[in-house]
Amino acid sequence: MGSVGAKEVPNLLTADGLRIDGRRLDELRPIQIRAGPLHQADGSAFVEWGQNKVMAAVYGPREVHPRHLQQSTKAVIQCKYNMAAFSVDERKRPGLDRRSQEISKVIAEAFDSVVFAEEFPRTSIDVYIEVLQANAGTRCAGLVAASVALADAGIPMVDLLPAVAVGKVAGAIALDLKKEEDNFGEADLPMALVPQSGRLVLLQMEGHMTEPELGQALDLGVRGCRVIYEKMKAALRDRYSVAPVPSEAP
Amino acid sequence: MSEEVAAEILQTHILDLAAQGRRLDGRGPDDYRPVAVEPGFVTTADGSALVHLGRTTALAGIKLEVGKPFPDTPNAGVLTTNAELIPLSSPTFEPGPPQPGAIEVSRVVDRAIRAAEMIDLTRLCVSPGEKSWVCYVDIHILAHDGNLIDAALLASVAALSRSTVPAQRFGVGEADYPLAVQHVPIECTFVRLGDTIVVDPTFDEEHAAQGRITVATDESGRIVAMQKGLVGAFSPDDVKSVVRRAFAHGERLRRSVTGESP
Repeated sequence: MGSVGAKEVPNLLTADGLRIDGRRLDELRPIQIRAGPLHQADGSAFVEWGQNKVMAAVYGPREVHPRHLQQSTKAVIQCKYNMAAFSVDERKRPGLDRRSQEISKVIAEAFDSVVFAEEFPRTSIDVYIEVLQANAGTRCAGLVAASVALADAGIPMVDLLPAVAVGKVAGAIALDLKKEEDNFGEADLPMALVPQSGRLVLLQMEGHMTEPELGQALDLGVRGCRVIYEKMKAALRDRYSVAPVPSEAP
Repeated sequence: MSEEVAAEILQTHILDLAAQGRRLDGRGPDDYRPVAVEPGFVTTADGSALVHLGRTTALAGIKLEVGKPFPDTPNAGVLTTNAELIPLSSPTFEPGPPQPGAIEVSRVVDRAIRAAEMIDLTRLCVSPGEKSWVCYVDIHILAHDGNLIDAALLASVAALSRSTVPAQRFGVGEADYPLAVQHVPIECTFVRLGDTIVVDPTFDEEHAAQGRITVATDESGRIVAMQKGLVGAFSPDDVKSVVRRAFAHGERLRRSVTGESP
């Protein structure tokens, strides 16, 4: 969103329809996903998405802390989204702020919509997302990392949850905004998709869009999610596929 | 609880091995785990480094901002060190305000940097009593397999020695310039396992330990900081012996973290 006191608005879209980093409107930033980088966690994943770097870890099902959150019929899914002090240009004071708490809540609810929580009554599934370097779209990158981490932890789920933000820059609907586009763009719409059902379990929006633009944005986001879905599956295959035994030792 | 029984069996095993000069991961008492440094891991920081110490991972990020010097040191900049033992890194860490363990890591690391005069704080003064640089050293522990103090300082030193003062961004200079480093402190931590004192403990060894001791040395042969931790005791001869060992490890580790200038 247009930040207060912003002076010059950079040219976000060329006449040829190319964006500030040379991408087309429907093009994602490069994404790399690694499943299982942390050995202490029950499941983990590291995502590099454009200039975002996000680590996620899953612990559980395990005992619930604090105890009073325990539910007798299902597991509680708790999420902590946190940004490192050095992850943004202006140092962020360490600790919980309202933005992190809101993001943690909507991500936890997204996962609660796909995890078979009723299989683990009286337990907690704890999802930790650490943003190490931020460049717009960290909640989606965190959600993707956490989803792969949940699968890595062997938590049964309906499906993986790919996520992406769609926005509006220089009047055009664009996939996967980077920082300059997010700061000076006109709208931001992060979403997470259940690919099996085609339904959205996370959806937020800020800015201005017309009804046709929103329709266009939703379609573009769903298509982006399906591309990310393939990358998530590939990361899990990389981790768990058994390498063919070479016929002769080198 | 079965987990606690298992932990007790493991502790006994670690102590039995140590009595024979052996360790669970095959190291000898004076073997340090391999250290790998990834400088510049975070581009949003003014300096950063990811350090792997065996399976322990620490990420340090440096941020410099213009602020106000403390009234009692009007001619010096401000150095602040903060370690976050985030719950992502270990099943034993919980969310919330920093626990005593995290505060100890921050303070012991801070002390080594400060006492070694790694950064000349007087050079971080912009105008005496009014304006100075505030240098934040933020340490994120990403994976905890023991010896967080050493890993945190290695990451901090690797990050600080490759940091840039963003003078242009804050409008207090024509151009950004490298942060000047005068000395390079290295901490070396040991734990007592029975009669054996082993270097660079793992998570399991720390749980079996009967005392922990950290010695910080710099390249000029000074001891700049020490900390005894955990329940247990060391004789003066033990202390002298670990200091000797800390100098030897320090020299080797210093080369691996500072590397070539960027």
